[in-house]
Amino acid sequence: MTTEALPGRLVDFVGALRERGIPVGPGETVDAAAAVDVLGLADRDQLREALASTVLRRSGQRGVFDAVFDLYFPVAVGSVESAGEPPSDVFELRDALVAALAEGDEARLRALAASGVEAFGRYGNAGNGGSGGAGDTGASGSGSRLSGWSAYQTLGEVRPEALLARVLAAMRTARPEDGPLGEALAERQARSRIAGFRERVQAEARRRTAELRGRERIASHAVAPQTELVTFTSATSEQFTAMRRTVQPLSRKLATRLSSRRKKARRGQIDLRRTLRRSLGTGGVPMRPALRNRRPGRPELVVLCDMSGSVAGFAQFTLLLTQALSDQFSKIRSFAFVGLTDEITHLVSAGRDEPEGLAARILSQARVTRWGMSSDYGESLGSFVEGWEDVLGPRTSVLVLGDGRTNFGDPNLEALRRIADRARHVYWLNPEAERFWGTGDSAALRYAELVPMHECRNIRQLSQLVTELLPT
Amino acid sequence: MQEPLFGSVDEVVERLAGAGYLASTAVATTVFLADRLGKPLLVEGPAGVGKTELARALASATGSELVRLQCYEGIDESRALYEWNHAKQLLRITAARDEQWQETRDHVFSEEFLLPRPLLTAIRNPDPTVLLIDETDKSDVEMEGLLLEVLGDFQVTVPELGTITAARRPFVLLTSNATRELSEALKRRCLFLHLDFPTPELERDIVTLQVPGLDATLADSLVCVVGALRELDLRKAPSIAESIDWARTLLALGADRLDEQVVQSSLGVILKYQADHRRAAAELRLDRLLDPASP
Repeated sequence: MTTEALPGRLVDFVGALRERGIPVGPGETVDAAAAVDVLGLADRDQLREALASTVLRRSGQRGVFDAVFDLYFPVAVGSVESAGEPPSDVFELRDALVAALAEGDEARLRALAASGVEAFGRYGNAGNGGSGGAGDTGASGSGSRLSGWSAYQTLGEVRPEALLARVLAAMRTARPEDGPLGEALAERQARSRIAGFRERVQAEARRRTAELRGRERIASHAVAPQTELVTFTSATSEQFTAMRRTVQPLSRKLATRLSSRRKKARRGQIDLRRTLRRSLGTGGVPMRPALRNRRPGRPELVVLCDMSGSVAGFAQFTLLLTQALSDQFSKIRSFAFVGLTDEITHLVSAGRDEPEGLAARILSQARVTRWGMSSDYGESLGSFVEGWEDVLGPRTSVLVLGDGRTNFGDPNLEALRRIADRARHVYWLNPEAERFWGTGDSAALRYAELVPMHECRNIRQLSQLVTELLPT
Repeated sequence: MQEPLFGSVDEVVERLAGAGYLASTAVATTVFLADRLGKPLLVEGPAGVGKTELARALASATGSELVRLQCYEGIDESRALYEWNHAKQLLRITAARDEQWQETRDHVFSEEFLLPRPLLTAIRNPDPTVLLIDETDKSDVEMEGLLLEVLGDFQVTVPELGTITAARRPFVLLTSNATRELSEALKRRCLFLHLDFPTPELERDIVTLQVPGLDATLADSLVCVVGALRELDLRKAPSIAESIDWARTLLALGADRLDEQVVQSSLGVILKYQADHRRAAAELRLDRLLDPASP
């Protein structure tokens, strides 16, 4: 990279970050350029940190930043000069991988990821033989040119997860005297190293493909979005794990926001009696007015959520979040439904210590369906009103979580109307994009006529809604 | 432009290490940039990763004076910037009864009656200063407005005295636990550094530096256990300070290697919640000790 090209590269880089939802202003870009000017380009790690410190403003953005950085400021161009001989076939590669994983040799792992992608990752050119066993001869036909490098294909061939037992055995021979504690530690370590290897392969494949097809194109779809912006309905299980990690810090943030709003609301009305009483000390002149202490209203919250199919992840996240916010409410009761409604408050509060299997436990321990796993809104709302109408009162806020897809059944608007009449507020949070409401079997628009419905597709929208909706 | 404190990133690492702080590339690079670009440095991260410690090490590495402003809910100008010493002013007025009003007024609003608070102290100090604004997220939004003014131009206006401009720009370090999102305006003026738990290698070095008597293999396995605990989604993840405490405990117990018995008995040093305790015991298979029948 020449020095003249640098400003252009920096602007492109910042543009890519903006597209991924990281707001970077021109001021930050200027700072970044100044930082590069001071540091120079000699050390890539320093460059990375310098850019991170000038353009990032929030800690959750680092993952996206790193991926985009690797595309715009790549380690190298072309194939990597790996340490030692590149492995000739997949067995040799896996043997080398076992040894490197057991030792935790970072440099060797990086080299293996690179040579793995080199050997098994190419797709779109079956004619260009000699490279391991990339078994896609049928797909690409007659000698078409190389169209990319696939991490998926590489990992499918190398299958690092399947190496766990071998890695553990290797680690055990290295340290034979370990007890169960040592084994537990070794297993964790091996798992995290394997996950690290996967990430390296993905980064390497992105880098190679970007060289081939232009980095703008790759940046726009190969870099995973920030956790905050992942849509609930399409999140993978890893993304859900990442989301669950944000529950605690997010709830803390929301709680401070709520309580500071409450404090602000306390200013206002003058308490006449106490002001007069106080004025006696200053000869009857009310120098310091006393304000009336307003008792902060702690509302009751009822969460009613659809636990079927793709909506379940969203419901589970929201349940954990409301649970973490429990000290902001006088009482929280949670209900789940698929075809029937059942109370799950005790399951959710037990889920605080062990949030992983919450959805599974709800489905197995609560009576949420008569048959099948497709949601029946009519029956569910009806059974909620029948069985638990008394939990609703003038201090209750109700959150309904669901996509309102009734599978062409009766939406039972009457039941929702009764809920809305009895409770103080009812809000419906819908994880579907607003433009899909009312399409197909969705009764979302009909429900939206009765209660306010909000689109809630990712954590950012959810946390915004929680602070806006919850009454002080 | 004043003389920069550091010549290169490597020099930052070296001098911080001399002050007993082992800095990662990220920390060293941002500190170097903050010094060169003359911008405040905002450090964010979980409790106990050494945010405040960084400021202390910086001060001692550069031979600067450390001025600390601890933020809390409701902190205001008179606590952060300056205040007039009312009691002393009253005393002065009563002491000189027959003096002209003009004279008295000029006198009571002079340097002698000004109580400088941390921000003003740091700005007026002619010697190198490290200004630490600790736990900025605890303060109210109004306080951020005040900080903007001070950190933007490094000057303070006292109506009775005029504008005081920094004789020498202090190195400013703000810390935050991210309990509240700081305003964009404040963040834009700062360099941002997210400080997380260190890599195992770095943490081992920190522990051996702080607890010199510790055996090397013991330090290795200690860092390993702590790393595993941090991955567990606990209510309170063990901080660096707690790993150091644990190392001291192990040293005091005379343990030469880390086995289930030792971990079980000293886990209370690093985990502060009962639920965390149970969870860690299950995940690290400590419970097998209590129940020898299980495989």
